Amino acid sequence: MTHTVAEAASDDLEYAVKEIQHGIPPRVIGEPVMEMKHITLRFGGVTAIKDISFDIREGEIRAIIGPNGAGKSSMLNVINGFYHPQEGEIWFRGKKRGPMKPHEIARQGIARTFQNIALFKGMTTLDNIMTGRMTLMKTGMLSQLWWWGRAQAEEIEHREKVERIIDFLEIQHIRKTPVGRLPYGLQKRVELGRALAAEPKLLLLDEPMAGMNVEEKEDMCRFILDVNDEFGTTIALIEHDMGVVMDIADRVVVLDYGKKIGDGTPDEIRNNQEVIDAYLGVSHD
Amino acid sequence: MSPVFLNTLEVILNGLMAGVMYSLVALGFVLIYKASGIFNYAQGVMALFAALTLVGLQTGQVPFSHLINAIFGTEVHHFGWELPALVAIVLTLGVMVIFAILVERLVLRHLVGQEPIILFMATIGLAYFMEGFGDLMWGSDIKKLDVGLPSGGSFWLEDVTRGWAAEGADYYGMYIDLLDVWAAIVATILVVSLTLFSQYTKTGRALRAVADDHQAALSVGIDLRTIWVITWAIAGFVALVAGVMWGAKSGVQFSLSLIALKALPVLMLGGFTSIPGAIVGGLIIGVGEKLFEYAIGPMLGGATENWFAYVLALLFLVFRPQGLFGEKIIERV
Amino acid sequence: MFYREAGDFKTNYADDSQTFPIAFDRKAYYAAMFVAFCVIPLVINSYWEKSVLVPFLVWSIAALGLNILTGYCGQVSLGTGGFMAVGAFAAYKLMTAFPELNIFFVVFLSGGITALVGIAFGLPSLRIKGFYLAVATLAAQFFLVWLFNKVPWFYNYSASGQITAPERTVFGVIVTGPNAPSWATYLFCLTILFLLAWGARNLTRGRIGRSWMAIRDMDIAAEIIGVDPLKAKLSAFGVSSFYIGVAGALFFASYLGAAEVTEAFGINQSFLVLFMIIIGGLGSIFGSFAGAAFMVLMPVALKNLLVGGLGWPTDIAAHLELTIVGALIIFFLIVEPHGLAQLWRLTKEKLRLWPFPY
Repeated sequence: MTHTVAEAASDDLEYAVKEIQHGIPPRVIGEPVMEMKHITLRFGGVTAIKDISFDIREGEIRAIIGPNGAGKSSMLNVINGFYHPQEGEIWFRGKKRGPMKPHEIARQGIARTFQNIALFKGMTTLDNIMTGRMTLMKTGMLSQLWWWGRAQAEEIEHREKVERIIDFLEIQHIRKTPVGRLPYGLQKRVELGRALAAEPKLLLLDEPMAGMNVEEKEDMCRFILDVNDEFGTTIALIEHDMGVVMDIADRVVVLDYGKKIGDGTPDEIRNNQEVIDAYLGVSHD
Repeated sequence: MSPVFLNTLEVILNGLMAGVMYSLVALGFVLIYKASGIFNYAQGVMALFAALTLVGLQTGQVPFSHLINAIFGTEVHHFGWELPALVAIVLTLGVMVIFAILVERLVLRHLVGQEPIILFMATIGLAYFMEGFGDLMWGSDIKKLDVGLPSGGSFWLEDVTRGWAAEGADYYGMYIDLLDVWAAIVATILVVSLTLFSQYTKTGRALRAVADDHQAALSVGIDLRTIWVITWAIAGFVALVAGVMWGAKSGVQFSLSLIALKALPVLMLGGFTSIPGAIVGGLIIGVGEKLFEYAIGPMLGGATENWFAYVLALLFLVFRPQGLFGEKIIERV
Repeated sequence: MFYREAGDFKTNYADDSQTFPIAFDRKAYYAAMFVAFCVIPLVINSYWEKSVLVPFLVWSIAALGLNILTGYCGQVSLGTGGFMAVGAFAAYKLMTAFPELNIFFVVFLSGGITALVGIAFGLPSLRIKGFYLAVATLAAQFFLVWLFNKVPWFYNYSASGQITAPERTVFGVIVTGPNAPSWATYLFCLTILFLLAWGARNLTRGRIGRSWMAIRDMDIAAEIIGVDPLKAKLSAFGVSSFYIGVAGALFFASYLGAAEVTEAFGINQSFLVLFMIIIGGLGSIFGSFAGAAFMVLMPVALKNLLVGGLGWPTDIAAHLELTIVGALIIFFLIVEPHGLAQLWRLTKEKLRLWPFPY
């Protein structure tokens, strides 16, 4: 058999992914960090999410899937506090969440990426990722004004952490490039970096692989698995690529028309009749 | 009826008249904003320029006479003829169309796809340019504009309203400037015809399509550039009407361009894209500022009209960010 | 060939994020500072002080201030003239009420008062965005000017409604009012500009600057990743107004000497500063200087050419100047919407390679 170099490399990669996925030592899935209880979200007369409950456990990769308009993105927006559900409770790390603004929720340790990249286009890669550490930086206006001393020390301390993320995501070469000029795939990676920089307890990824080619998808999968594995970060993601979801997710929740129609391991979901109907398009009466 | 009530009524009526004028200027803004997403600060200066051109043509001024005299040491100023008002208006309209074409050719075409703030700045540049250019062309002295509209108070109205007051009361009847009444009538006709134009003609439909989505409009074969020329020409026409009315009232001078600043709070209230918003917003602001000046102004030292409209619009927006007729904004990420 | 970065390696993060990473730039900067502080004061005369140098310094401060708000935080403001008026009147009240107070304190306190006013008028920015906000800031412009016009307490009940700057000294040298020597006014304004520019650079490169830029580039995303929009926007309004207030105080006390509010701080000043930052470059410290220099120098140059050179009447020259300013603004926006700062960056890129383009 003749193998091209590229094929060999891709085989290696697949092997690496498998190794990480099933690697030793086994990953520890703990107690639920986030519990959504009977969430209902309405916009005027439209009900985007209807009475949905599910949980996300410590250390797992949780996927939210469903056809277009199923309410996936709305769900993510509810989790990070951008939308406020009319009914239901949200429990995060054992505490019920009161009414909070998105930036306060970010401070609690929930970071995310966006479906349509939402980077700060006028800033460099480095500054974008540094902005991710906003919640962890403390110096006040006066020390910032003076710069030398506290502000500079803090800046350097965080710069070191950010440089580690830059190394991890292999984006050293674009450190000082304004992100507006970067190609799509790299922008997605920078956005992941920005979310990681916050050292989140829970990382939300909104279609991290949308619009990517196979190679970029493989890279992104590797990063997601590495993040989960090396930092033990809990991840909840929305993704359309079924193959990817079934490969990397520990558990999957399926939404359709704002309702939950399935919840379980990839294997269970694969055999769930309601899910199959939703995806193959059985008419709704 | 008590004199206080009648005075208040007079203030409200005058406010409505002023409001119609504000609506008229605001309408020019809305038309351009809808068609091209440009916040056209130059609208007020366009009104000034149109009025200057009208007076210049009517009285047979030599364009750029000051400049020519300065360079060549000559003494030209007038051709020595006078044009009838109607001919001058038609000619001025022609000038505004040429202006619209030039703006599209020289400015808009090169700024396609720029950020709104850049386009806004460009129209401020345009305003400066036209202000200087208008002065160079026609001179900066205050000019009298007379297109034959009646002006002054109506004795009939004064007599009638004096009869309404109680016998022996200290009241001399309402003063309403006929020019204001005419302005209100003309503005109303203009607003109605523009609405009909945009609702029922093919060009009007194209205008609305462009306003909705540039890309989509392009894809169904609407020529954006033509549309822009048309909107700027219409805005020029609206500016001309506004310029004539305001110019007839208080003379053609630089301060005429400041009516643009009067229209801005109207836009905030009514929204940048809503024609009914511009009309209702204009009326609210007209009445509001006149009433405020009448009732509370004297306590504050007067001239509250300078800022009242802005503060009113600001407070309104803080509590209702989508404006008068806008739908509730659902933000997405 | 002389302008290069090769061989200039950075071995720590502090060096890597310094203001002038290229050695040649650093030297040029030190040289410029030397000329500005040590050479110009020796050769300055009254004409250069009044028509070029001091206006440039004062407008640079205002441009820095507006650039922080508009260029860095993305909130367009048309209230600059009004905020400058707050600074000027605050300075006037402080100078007349506390004659013993050091003029540096007066200037910075005026900035502080303006910052408070700016924050108050910045509150609507939490609900209103874009053009609506720009128009809303006009409320500040008109209201403030009206206020200083109508309330006699602000101009100490003077008959003309004017405010006149009393003489104040630094180390025994007069720096305000009409009798201040040229070099003293110049150095006084330069020192304050230097401090403020340095502060602006520091603020914009750290945590606070990034929170501003995040709000500018994508406010919703910024909030979701943990930027508090309230703090970011109001701090931008506050800092920006501080700068603009200081500029207003200097404009009145050191440059004009006497001011009447509608004339000195009208809406045209708001536009002037906006032009400066657009032509100079939004979100660039260097751009604020370049834009201020351009907008100060161009009318002077035109006036010299038309009135002095060609002997035209001043009013026609003024009209032509307006026309040219308008045309140039449009020209600039078309050719380089990112302003002189971007032009400067591109030139430097080319210079790095010169004279070997490959």
